[in-house]
Amino acid sequence: MSEQLKVPTMAEMMAEGKQPEILFWVGSAGSYDDRAKKITRAFVKILNKANVNFAVLGTEESNTGDVAKRAGNEFLFQMQAVMNIEVLNGYEVKRIVTCDPHSYNCIKNEYPGLGGNYEVIHHTQFIKDLLSSGRLKLEGNTYKGKRITFHDPCYLGRGNGVYDAPRDVLKKTNATLVEMKRHKSTALCCGAGGAQMFKDAEPGDKEVNVLRTEDALETQPQIIATGCPYCNTMMTDGVKFKEKEADIKVLDIAELIADA
Amino acid sequence: MEYLPNIIFAIVLVAGISYFAKNVKKLIRNIKLGHKVDASDHTSERWKNVVNIALGQSKMVKRPVSGFLHVIVYVGFVIINIEVLEIIIDGIFGTHRIGLSILPESVYGFLIGSFEILALLVLVSVIIFWIRRNIIKIRRFMGSDLKGWPKSDGNIILYFEVVLMILFLVMNATDTSFQNMEAGNVISQFIAPWFEGFSEGTLFTIERTAWWLHIVGILVFLNYLYFSKHLHILLAFPNVYYGKVVPKGKFNNLDAVTAEVKLMMDPDADPYAAPAETEEDEVPAKFGASDVMDLSQVQLLSAYTCTECGRCTSECPANLTGKKLSPRKIMMDTRDRLEEVGKNIDANNGEFKDDGKQLLGDYITNEELWACTTCNACVEACPVSIDPLSIIMDMRRYLVMEQSAAPMELNNMMTNIENNGAPWPYNQMDRLKWKDE
Repeated sequence: MSEQLKVPTMAEMMAEGKQPEILFWVGSAGSYDDRAKKITRAFVKILNKANVNFAVLGTEESNTGDVAKRAGNEFLFQMQAVMNIEVLNGYEVKRIVTCDPHSYNCIKNEYPGLGGNYEVIHHTQFIKDLLSSGRLKLEGNTYKGKRITFHDPCYLGRGNGVYDAPRDVLKKTNATLVEMKRHKSTALCCGAGGAQMFKDAEPGDKEVNVLRTEDALETQPQIIATGCPYCNTMMTDGVKFKEKEADIKVLDIAELIADA
Repeated sequence: MEYLPNIIFAIVLVAGISYFAKNVKKLIRNIKLGHKVDASDHTSERWKNVVNIALGQSKMVKRPVSGFLHVIVYVGFVIINIEVLEIIIDGIFGTHRIGLSILPESVYGFLIGSFEILALLVLVSVIIFWIRRNIIKIRRFMGSDLKGWPKSDGNIILYFEVVLMILFLVMNATDTSFQNMEAGNVISQFIAPWFEGFSEGTLFTIERTAWWLHIVGILVFLNYLYFSKHLHILLAFPNVYYGKVVPKGKFNNLDAVTAEVKLMMDPDADPYAAPAETEEDEVPAKFGASDVMDLSQVQLLSAYTCTECGRCTSECPANLTGKKLSPRKIMMDTRDRLEEVGKNIDANNGEFKDDGKQLLGDYITNEELWACTTCNACVEACPVSIDPLSIIMDMRRYLVMEQSAAPMELNNMMTNIENNGAPWPYNQMDRLKWKDE
């Protein structure tokens, strides 16, 4: 069913004596999670369309260790980080782009202390650059007038101050961007951060993703845009919980742009 | 006998200041129980934060109502303190309104006039604060972590300020020579009529009483600080200076772990080698934090700085959905435990005797720690750059690395990462399968 994607690996590039413009860090969710894999494919579609010379590590990529670190296992984190840094430095990687704000934050901020220094870019920033430099053009008018609300991922927004790039990209689609009452620096977490994705929540009277979905529903959106595979899962679950999945789509910005 | 008031004043002043100094010393000693932090980096950014966040109150005004009222009380407090300088000089030398003999009447009148206006504004703001706390019952002041002492502490501070401001205005209103000057009595001229018909002697007594109560009140208030959340008026400044200056998402890498990981990864390391000679007084590495001594001096300073305003908790996703975690409580618990440790040291001639208690478990439960999503909302919300998340993380590290006490599902997740390089039990060789799906 799917179209063929061009996904060169660093090993292949190396064999041909080439160095890509950018390394695409897929991340564990982007590699294995069924929903997140669609985001990965959408982003590659964009990269192919814009003729970006990129590569992935493929089977040489391992978990960043981010989730282990947030869970308190600094040992495991540093083991993972040191291994990954060895691979990345071996390939003389300079620029990394990723769809996962957790990988983004971890590689950008926490790897340098362990010997990994790279320019790290979130895919929404990269797409923004592709659009403004004219390498990528939006042909259709798929989203004209559609109401879209963007949910800020904590590790992109508050964690690193990236609030504008995803919004700038969404504005390019001619959609109507509506903000939730909690947005940018006061955005509410989707509930998956800090290793919560992998465990049940502590007892309370509501799930965080349901509360966040209620924030989103108040804006009466047709699409909830996300920029993080975990946020995407949490918001999708929230919309299902509210039985709104027939009216409201939860889409990553890469998916939105790949179809724009 | 002529100098009796001056002598009494000097004694009161010295006693008030020395008791305060004694407590400040204790405060510094307690903070130093934490480990040292290197804050020699980002100097210009740190000063910028002090100017914007601490002096400029830039984060306070994010909530306009309480922010605006707070700015009034803050400006009032700072500026009216200039008047305290005059009171102290008058008290020591037995002068009366020494400012008048130094400054032209118009300038002096302008100064006192502004103090009077500020005093009235402070009075109004403080009353609104009291109403918000006790009648409107704003949600963040109703948390279960704010029962008992923290609640009365908040109110006592407000009562203090009401009394001090009223005394200041009454003192001016009953000072006949000042009223006759008709400069600077912007507010007190409306209070003066209440005392009409009083004999000159009575007026003098009232003025003197207000004057004495005002300065003694200020000294008592000064000494109340140590026991109160009101310490923030002093500590907010250093706390903002030492606050986090790297991106909020960036968590520190534990150096002790780095050393071990390097050793493990080193192909030349001899696994059977005897452990390297360590310096005699070197404390064996403990990963993470289970008690206040394992925290950093900045984290302990923050615990004393916390004003218990609850802006952190009111933004916390876990708290908003009814979970036990409250970042404010994390800070309050840290301070309570630190105080307890301090008292223990006082009682045991300067040495800490194990009391069978610690911060983890006796104050902060595992349930609270595991409810955190590390989203940084609490850090963003704090008007004085406190980072409750860093304490939560240090305690999680202790739970996981020292006690292997992570929730089961997280242990599974970590085992998967160790074995497969992913949090799920999938083969690393399948990492590129998405390409062809």
